[in-house]
Amino acid sequence: MDSAGSDTIPTTTVVPPPRVSGIPGAGIPGAEEVLQSWQTDRSRAPIAIKVVIAGGFGVGKTTFVGAVSEITPLQTEALMTRASEDIDDLTATPDKLTTTVAMDFGRITLENDLVLYLFGTPGQHRFWFMWDDLMRGAIGAVVMADTRRLEDSFPALDYFESLGLPYVVAVNHFEGAPLYRPEDMRNALSVADGVPVVHMDARRRITVVDALLALVRHAVDLAPE
Amino acid sequence: MTAGSGRQPGRVRPYSLTGGRTRSGHVLLVETFVASLEPPDGRFDPAPGGPGARMLPEIRAIIELCRRMRSVAEVSAMLKIPLGVVRVLLSDLADQGKIRVYGTGRGPGQPDRALLERVLSGLRRL
Repeated sequence: MDSAGSDTIPTTTVVPPPRVSGIPGAGIPGAEEVLQSWQTDRSRAPIAIKVVIAGGFGVGKTTFVGAVSEITPLQTEALMTRASEDIDDLTATPDKLTTTVAMDFGRITLENDLVLYLFGTPGQHRFWFMWDDLMRGAIGAVVMADTRRLEDSFPALDYFESLGLPYVVAVNHFEGAPLYRPEDMRNALSVADGVPVVHMDARRRITVVDALLALVRHAVDLAPE
Repeated sequence: MTAGSGRQPGRVRPYSLTGGRTRSGHVLLVETFVASLEPPDGRFDPAPGGPGARMLPEIRAIIELCRRMRSVAEVSAMLKIPLGVVRVLLSDLADQGKIRVYGTGRGPGQPDRALLERVLSGLRRL
């Protein structure tokens, strides 16, 4: 299950749960991270690249990030002014001019000079202002969907489709939720034929890596020769 | 902003950002790497009672944290300073020569095919 970590702050304060993995140092909140050698070499920095994980509340974004990150997922905040809240319901109190949006992110050192960041971001329309900034230079996005609440992923799908950015749909399978065929999911979500739709379990690292691979392959296909 | 000058910190002055670029021209995306520059004379030593103690706590904390290579997002998350504010503070610190902005090590815009292939290879090894 997702934590509330990648949605509006007032709901709850989240401590990332300990996770079971083979990654040293992972899952111990506040523990000193395992140092990568690039972190101590200030003569040069690695290449930084990022992927955005988008989807509705509780769809599993934080779990996704935590399943592959070499660090316990961190949470960063952006301030949002009322002017940005145009479509969705206003959760801010009338006298509150800004509200805080939280993003969870993780990191994978792919090579000593190549570091991949994963940013989980809430999927509602009112957060689009953040996505423009976040998507700058990104490989693309993994849009997560929950078969019980497909409509929660529509805003993110609309956004990435309209901008022509590489994205894949990752259907996160929750226990007890119906399992649909990929082509049925594609129809239900009105996803274009060329866009990969993958089934996954955000708790299982291997399926998370597969979803990322599907995105990067798709981005390669779309990249100019 | 000058440390110890009594001026209010960047967190209360108006700021604007366009596409991760601060007013002074630093591109500070969430994944942009930054690190502290060692002062030749240890002026920024944050030890209590030292000269660094006159700095704003946030500034001191950033300089201390960035003794290792950090991304902008990591600085924001680890010090619990909102992203927009941390960008302004980092931009100021870069102007003052206290931190170095390394960038992302690649050109602007979407990653090119060669880089994507490297990412693919890296993911396959996980």
